[in-house]
Parts: sequence; C-alpha cells; structure tokens
Amino acid sequence: MSSDTAPSRRPQPILDNDPFAHVDFPGLEKSLRRPRTLVNALLSGLVALMTALALAPLLSVVIMLFWRGGKKLSLAVLTHLPPAPLEEGGGFANAILGTGVMVGLATLTVVPFGVLIGVFLAESPLESRLAQAVRFAAKVLTGFPSILAGVFAYGSVVLATGGFSALAGAVGLSVLMIPTVILTAEDAIRMVPARMREAALGMGATHTQTVWMVLLPTALPGILTGIMLAVARACGETAPLVFTALFSNYWITSGGRFDIMQPTASLAVLIYNFAGMPFPNQVELAWAAALVLVLLVLAANLAGQALSRRQRGLS
Amino acid sequence: MSETVAVAVSSPAIARPPSRAQRITDRAFVACCRGFAGLSLLLVGFIILDIALTAAPAVREQGLRFLTSRTWDPNQEAYGILPEIWGTLYTSLLALLIGGAFGIAAAIFLAEGYLAGGVFAVLKAVGIAYKPVWRDLPDRVEDLLRNLIELLAAIPSVVYGLWGLFVIIPLIRPACNWTHARLGWVPFFGTTLSGPGVLPAVVVLSIMILPTVTALSRDALVAVPGKLRMAAYGMGATRWETITAVILPTAARGLFGALVLAFGRALGETMALAMLVGNSNRISLSLFSPANTLAALLANNFPEAGPHEVRVLMYAALVLLGITLLVNVVGALVLERATAGLRGAR
Repeated sequence: MSSDTAPSRRPQPILDNDPFAHVDFPGLEKSLRRPRTLVNALLSGLVALMTALALAPLLSVVIMLFWRGGKKLSLAVLTHLPPAPLEEGGGFANAILGTGVMVGLATLTVVPFGVLIGVFLAESPLESRLAQAVRFAAKVLTGFPSILAGVFAYGSVVLATGGFSALAGAVGLSVLMIPTVILTAEDAIRMVPARMREAALGMGATHTQTVWMVLLPTALPGILTGIMLAVARACGETAPLVFTALFSNYWITSGGRFDIMQPTASLAVLIYNFAGMPFPNQVELAWAAALVLVLLVLAANLAGQALSRRQRGLS
Repeated sequence: MSETVAVAVSSPAIARPPSRAQRITDRAFVACCRGFAGLSLLLVGFIILDIALTAAPAVREQGLRFLTSRTWDPNQEAYGILPEIWGTLYTSLLALLIGGAFGIAAAIFLAEGYLAGGVFAVLKAVGIAYKPVWRDLPDRVEDLLRNLIELLAAIPSVVYGLWGLFVIIPLIRPACNWTHARLGWVPFFGTTLSGPGVLPAVVVLSIMILPTVTALSRDALVAVPGKLRMAAYGMGATRWETITAVILPTAARGLFGALVLAFGRALGETMALAMLVGNSNRISLSLFSPANTLAALLANNFPEAGPHEVRVLMYAALVLLGITLLVNVVGALVLERATAGLRGAR
C-alpha cells in the first residue's frame, strides 16, 4: 500500500529472482511510527472516546434524577395531590393514577388488534400485497411524530366530544403503541420453529387451532416483549397528552364517580408543567416525578428484555 | 394463507378432519385477521384525512402566505410559520450532524467488536479466557454496552427537557457567552445565550436521535458479508483501511437510511424542544438565540387556542405531517432496498 519509503531500507534479496523483491517489508511493520498504523490506532481511540461520550448523558441523567428527585421522593409525594403555587408539600398521586388509566386503556385497545395483525403478517406469504402494505404502514407509523398523534386525538375525540379527557389521551397513546405491537408480534410468531407449525397442520389442525394452540403460546414471550416496550414508550410520552388529556390538580372523578371524560393528570405532563414554574417546590416535584417515571419506564423495558431472552432461549 | 387439507385418516379416535363448525370458525378467524390488517391501513389513511380535513378551512383561508409569513399573533389573526419551518430544519440538521457522527462512531465501535476484543485480550492475559464462567464475558459486556445505548432511547423526552433545562443550559452558558464575546462577528455566535436557545435544544436532540442511528447503522455494518472483511485483511489492509474502504461503502445505503430515519425523528421531536428551544418567532443563524419549531409551536399553543387558532394550528400540523411522512417514507424505502441489495452480495 504505502510504497513511498526509501528502497535502501528493504532487506537484501537472497535469491536472484526473489518473488518478494518488490514487497515493502518495513512498510508492513506494525509500529506506531508508521502512518498507517498510527492512523489506525488514532481512529480506534477516537471511536472509543466518542462511544464513551455518547454514554455520558445517560450517566448524568441518572445521577441527577437520583440526586434531585431522590431527595424529594417519599411516601407523602406518592399519595398526595399536587400543591397550589407557593404551597408547601403536596405530591402527584393523581398523575400516577392518570398515567396508569390512560396507558391501561390504550393497551387494552391496542393488544388484540396488534397481535391479530401480527398473526396476519406472519402467516401471509412474504410477497402478499396487503401484508407488504400493512408492514410498510406500520414501519412508517413507528416514526410518526408523537405530537401528531396528539393532533389526531384532538381532531377526532376532543373536537367531537367537546372537552379534554382521559379517553382522548388514550387514543393518542394507542396510535403510538400499535406499530410496536404489530411488528414485534410478527417477529415473535415468525421465530416459532417451522416444524411446530407443520406438525400441528399435519395432525389435521385447522389454521385457527394452529394459531391459538401452537403459535401464540410459543410466541407469547416475544409478544409480551413488544407489549412491554410499547407500554414503556407510552408511559413516557407527553406530546399526545399535553392537549388531549390536559392536566388536572384533582383525582379523575366527577361527582364522586370515576370518569374518563375528565381532564386527567399524567406524570409526563406534570413534569412539563412544573419544570417551567418559578416555584422551587414545584420544580422539586417535577424531578421526583421524573425519577418515578424513569423507574416505571425502565422496569417495563427490563421486563420486556427479560422476556425476549426467554424467547431466544426457545428456538 | 395455505388451505387446510382434509386427510383420510385410518384411526378417527386420534385424528379426524375438522368439523363443519371448526371450518367455519377457521374461515371467520382468517377473515378477521385480514380485516384488522385492512383496518390498520384505514387507520393511517384516517389519521391523515382527519388532520387534513380539520385544517382545510385554514388552508383555504390562509393559502400559501401562511408558509412565508413571519408573525404569529392570534389577536390580529395574523399567522405565519416560516420561523418555525426554519427552526425545525435548522435544529434537526445540526442534531443530525452531531448525533449522526457520534451514533455511527458508536455503531462502528460495537460492530467491529472492539469491546469484546479488548475484554478477551485482558482475560487472555490473565489466562482465564477459555474458562467456563469467563468465556461468555466478552459477549456479555458488548450486549451490556448495546443495551446501555438503547436505554438512551428509553428515557422520556420530557425528562431530557427537564435535564436540559437544569443541567445543560447552566453548563454551556459560560462557554457560549465567552465565545460570543470573542467571536461575536461570526453569524453562528451572533447573540448571547440567555437561557433556552438553539444550542441546548440541538445538544439534547442529538442525544435523543443517537440510539436510532446507532441501532440501525450497527445492523447495516453487521450485515456486511464477512468474506469482504476477510479479503481486505488478507490483502494486508489495517482495520481502519478495511472500515473506510470496504465496510462503510458496502453498508452505505443502510447508514444513509439510518440517518434519514433519525432525521425524521428529530423533525417530529416535541417536548424536549418545547422546553429548550425558547419559543420565539425568530429566524437567525445564531446557535445561542432562541427559536421555535413546528412541533413546539403545536405543543405550546394548542391547550389555550380558540376555535380559529385551532384550525390554523391544524394547518401547521399538516405541514409537519407532510415533511415527516416524506422523510420517513424515504428512509424506510432506502433501508428496505439496502437489505435487498446486500442479499445479492451474499
């Protein structure tokens, strides 16, 4: 490669027609004094450094969350309603409940649809037009901006029902959850060994029986992974809730009864609202809520990863 | 879907052809799956149609002037989103530059097995590289690093916003104002950083798109057939000569797709930007001046908007939808063709 070194430094040829006479042996020496090796080492170091730098924010976020959020975190914070401005104490119990209700509603609607569409995708031949279109639509939806899911929920639910509500928030979240559930369910079902499906069909099982008794039970860990990942994402989403579920300082009730047509608090929107306030108590609460939210999201993520390890062990 | 074949069975006690009811449920279930799949396509169509129809009156009323006007004043009913379009593209491009560079570097670090190789070398030096417990350690450590980078994507946007507000802005403000004092004549440093602004938003945005870039480009790098790498090593190329001359060009399409999809993410990213970008209708090259983006405009103005402003905001949402859909579709197509192209190389 680099043949520009002085010819005098080549070893003397032993034979008359040495086949290696033209090889630049010193140029192949592995030493940091050679530009090739030096560039190689420098670039390797640079890449390692950049990777380490990429992880620095994660470390910083986690440390700050435990430092600033951990100080404020207590049982009182988890059981009280948000404080008024300049009021001391308070908590975000209603926000935890609100996040749970909206994510729960969204999960309940998304899971049956998502899993069955996943079954359809995994069972149709690869060249099926409809399957290709659905898969492509799901891939495009994974990159769908979360704020537009909020705009959609606003246009289809808030404008139609005439008010901000937990239902609208759940609709916004479900738009963001469905592609993850579809694509991971398809992958999980495709990973079921072909011999199991063939054995079931060979014994005379109908397609439906094969799906319900063989494919779905076998692929269950993988499907659950997808659901957990979708739940983790939905828990942390703010943009679809900020103008659909809005926020509320109170429990999600009207006239003493549980009511999903009320404006509803959520952890994410609480962090957004309180972070911008000039009151130290609210800012501290935002940090504590962020810690709770990140722990929730991480728990869902880790549960999903543990499940996917089980699925991999199977095939 | 393959048809179930009814087989003549000698021992009906063990196996029998499906009953009529079972055959009907089977047909119904298959049709139901197909129907849901069709519904999901309808959902995508409905989302786009819903936003477009709600925006239609504003589109007719405002016309194209909306895209080129610079004021946003609900009291005067004067609306324009040129500063937001500029801010969206400017922050996303800068974030793509930073996040893309770091993301691809991390992908190379992961795909080339630097970490696993390093751990293996250490274990070998100690003499336990092939012992039962330690044997798996290199792969485990590499998996851990990959999961850590993916965790960056798991942290919610709003938490990044909070972190940027209370950690990044105080951290970079002295350096930014020092740069402005020394190099204020450069347009990029034309203003002081008084709080929220383009640079903090870009820093946080690039952290948020980094995991997308890393995961997708790592897939592209790993998919390069091993024999190409072996051939390059066999000809005496160093590791980096192999990377720059063989691996990166072969994976180029996949890397490009990863960058396009990450760009799409950056365009639509909302909460961190709504908290960090400053929400000011300004078109400026300066990295330290506050700005605004389409997504942040929607998040900030929707909750208190009156019926007329809502329709105008829907128009802005439609513009954002158009831009992101275009970028996402291009990215998905490029990635699809990248995998198809590599299938030929294998």
